[in-house]
Amino acid sequence: MKILVCISNVPDTTTKVKFKDDHTSFDDSGVQWIINPWDELALTRALELKEDAGNSVNEICVIHVGAASADATLRKALAIGADKAIRIDACAADAYYVAGQIAEYLKENPFDIVFSGIESSDYNGSSVGAMIAEFMDYPGISSVTSVNLDDDDIQLTRAIPGGKQVLKTETPFVAVVQKGITNEPRIPAMRGIMMARKKPLEVKPAAEIEILTKSVKFELPAEKGACKMIEAESAEQLVELLKNEAKVL
Amino acid sequence: MNFEFTEEQLMIRDAARDFAQRELLPGVIERDEKAIYPTEQVQKLGELGFLGMLVGLDYDGGGMDTISYVLAMEEISKIDSSVSVIMSVNNSLVCWGVEKYGNEEQKQKYLKPMARGEKIGAFLLSEPEAGSDATSQRTTAVDMGDHYLVNGTKNWITSGKSASTYVVIAQTHPELKHRGINALIVEADSEGISVGPHENKMGMRASDTHSVMFNNVKVPKENLLGEEGFGFKFAMKSLEGGRIGIASQALGIASGAYELALKYAQERKAFGKEIINHQAIAFKLADMATEIEAARFFCLKAAWLKDQGKPYGHASAMAKLYAADTAMKVTTEAVQIHGGYGYVKEYHVERLMRDAKLTQIYEGTSEIQKIVISRGLVD
Amino acid sequence: MSVIAFAKNWNGKFKNSSYELVSYTKELANKLNTNLVVLSIGEVSNDELNTLGNYGADKVVTVNDPKLNTLTSRVYAKVISQLADKEGATVVVLSDNNSGKAIAPRVSVQLKAGMVAAVQEIPVSFNPFIVKKRVFSGKAFGHVQIDSEKKVLTIAKNCFGLVENPVDVAIEDFTPEVDASLFKVQVVEEEEQKNKVILSDADVVVSAGRGMRSPENWAPVEELAEVLGAATACSRPVSDEGWRGHEEHVGQTGKVIAPNLYIAAGISGAIQHVAGISRSKCIVAINTDPEAPIFSVADYGIVGDVMEVLPKLTEAIRNSKS
Repeated sequence: MKILVCISNVPDTTTKVKFKDDHTSFDDSGVQWIINPWDELALTRALELKEDAGNSVNEICVIHVGAASADATLRKALAIGADKAIRIDACAADAYYVAGQIAEYLKENPFDIVFSGIESSDYNGSSVGAMIAEFMDYPGISSVTSVNLDDDDIQLTRAIPGGKQVLKTETPFVAVVQKGITNEPRIPAMRGIMMARKKPLEVKPAAEIEILTKSVKFELPAEKGACKMIEAESAEQLVELLKNEAKVL
Repeated sequence: MNFEFTEEQLMIRDAARDFAQRELLPGVIERDEKAIYPTEQVQKLGELGFLGMLVGLDYDGGGMDTISYVLAMEEISKIDSSVSVIMSVNNSLVCWGVEKYGNEEQKQKYLKPMARGEKIGAFLLSEPEAGSDATSQRTTAVDMGDHYLVNGTKNWITSGKSASTYVVIAQTHPELKHRGINALIVEADSEGISVGPHENKMGMRASDTHSVMFNNVKVPKENLLGEEGFGFKFAMKSLEGGRIGIASQALGIASGAYELALKYAQERKAFGKEIINHQAIAFKLADMATEIEAARFFCLKAAWLKDQGKPYGHASAMAKLYAADTAMKVTTEAVQIHGGYGYVKEYHVERLMRDAKLTQIYEGTSEIQKIVISRGLVD
Repeated sequence: MSVIAFAKNWNGKFKNSSYELVSYTKELANKLNTNLVVLSIGEVSNDELNTLGNYGADKVVTVNDPKLNTLTSRVYAKVISQLADKEGATVVVLSDNNSGKAIAPRVSVQLKAGMVAAVQEIPVSFNPFIVKKRVFSGKAFGHVQIDSEKKVLTIAKNCFGLVENPVDVAIEDFTPEVDASLFKVQVVEEEEQKNKVILSDADVVVSAGRGMRSPENWAPVEELAEVLGAATACSRPVSDEGWRGHEEHVGQTGKVIAPNLYIAAGISGAIQHVAGISRSKCIVAINTDPEAPIFSVADYGIVGDVMEVLPKLTEAIRNSKS
């Protein structure tokens, strides 16, 4: 069985976010790039499944749509244990475009399972996984918190409000995974790091896919104002403000 | 001159940093306080390949360069120098010597398990009467024809109890003075070996430091490392590389303390502003940052020379001297910057200060480093 | 041209998120000078469907098929697309929750409609069609333009609120064409988990400090947490004293959290504590001392006795829910 893990290349989560060109693009000077944390969890789970003798998973590949500047991140995925990395050489315009590119690759190179993280920490899109499923006409499950393969018998758990559901499905399928899929992302071993350059990193040209949306500009949030004081007797007023002003209730 | 790291070196540094945050930070204060050996942590460190980083891939090591080693040692030492000293000894003092001077059988039998992190190595040179003056070896390894018979006591041995493989320096031909000293691989569970109690140390308390006593211990002839009489030179050569490990450890202790002090200074307010905005504190931090950067360059230069196959003993002595002194200075200032909080265990810096002191003493005291350096000034 | 809103139901009942969706799409439809069609899938009673009318849904299309009670995103997406084709809809909107995240992307591909997830407000402009969303995990906002003729949006929770707009509801049945082969995911088991909310995952946290005076006084904290569905937390002195477990300790040497709402009761706000909560979206502080440092990081503050204020707050929240 082969698993394909979709990888996003994102700024390190401690990065101070800045914009340039009159706030129309992200200022990536000095940014450290990492594998999107949810994708890293997905990759770790895929590797765990491969290492588990109780199933027939024998190949884990990672795929990314982006420029050569992402190659270092892809090599980290190889260092962690992926067998092969594929980069579609294109600018990741939007989720539909990215999903379309990955779908084109899948049509030529079928996989049994596709993993994707529930969102990426930069644009918080949360769409690519389910879009791939639709492009490929595969079943897809979202909010997946666990994936188990017992002798190739697939069992997934998905989160629902106030609980969870255990599901069965058949390959090929897409699983959009979130926290809980595994305990912690894997740290690459020394040997893994040294072997990373020896593993294949294929670069493929972009297919013709339409771009349906585009980013117009960015905005930084307003500065936090002074604390609004409320009378001790006026609890209702506070609840009102929390609901309608702060929008946290 | 290229001051940038390669992709692999950065990956190694990040892996070490992530490992330190995730596996070493939880419980580090308690392990130090109660002198609890970090069994699980060392095992995981071994599984990731950190204990045999420098050993070639064909002997199950990581095949990494010394610069990667400096980066990894710094990151691990920022958090837990008890673990990093175990790592340094295993890599620099034991694996290195066996790989460079051991024969094929020795490498297959002893090097591979240590490189894989399955077995821990210890380096037995110091004795109760012979620390800096290593030529006065009292431990004897008498040539009995088909084996050596070892008697004596070794002191201050890191991993004295947890190690399975000892590299022991002992005197075989006293009439040849230091040219009669041999290096032997001794299995720690050999008959006649007994281990003294765990030393109750000022710092690096979770690493196990013991005296090891040899009472008529039989060591097979095939366990001789290198040629007859090579032992002293072997020890000195091993220590040259060991200095890079310890210098990197000191660097990590210093930069760990500095990072904590920098963070604290940006949050703590006094007299109307964050203390980093008071010049007294800002200047302290500037000095600390500058000295750490210098120490880092010393370590990297020595590592680079070693990787290039050039002589590095002089550079590594400078690195160790400077980095250890920097660690002592920086950690003391870090405690000071933290004020009262710096004096309690919760805030880590007091532990780093206690850890720093040892870097000025072991694997060649700062005074010995000065002898090495001064001798090297005159051709 | 119409706007379609997919209002999810849970066991035949709508939640606030469904009503917020209706409120939002009603406004959107008005601004686009078109009509709103609210879609419901699964067995839902007419009485329940009529509640959508309180928020402006004058046309509700229902697919009252028990086979479709459980979410199969592939199937739900097909139903939505078919309705969109039938109604000539150009905008489809769902809530950004677990089901919305699963369904909306599929609708986007089926209709070749540009999609933006977790939109924060009514579009910034309509020609071109530009919406605002959070990016960089909340550190900034992005304006995204949808160029395709058809558009799919999901709206973020609490972005718009519930706006009452009572109208009469016309309910219409809809029978989509759904191939049996699309049902490839089966539910084997369903489990309700009444676990205590996990602190690091919680959207709302109620935290208390030494101002509570004694461990015996914690009931008001726990009651408030329960009515909010919140996790409980505490400051360091409280966990050091053993009044609460260490896992509740929030702060520099404890847990660092970033919930949507953090309520600090009887906590002075030492920097070590603040370091653990500063990335919270909204901080409410309750303390008897008006000079307490916590007020300089809080968004809302009440100077008062926690033992009196907390129960009042709990009461007010209970009332607002019913």
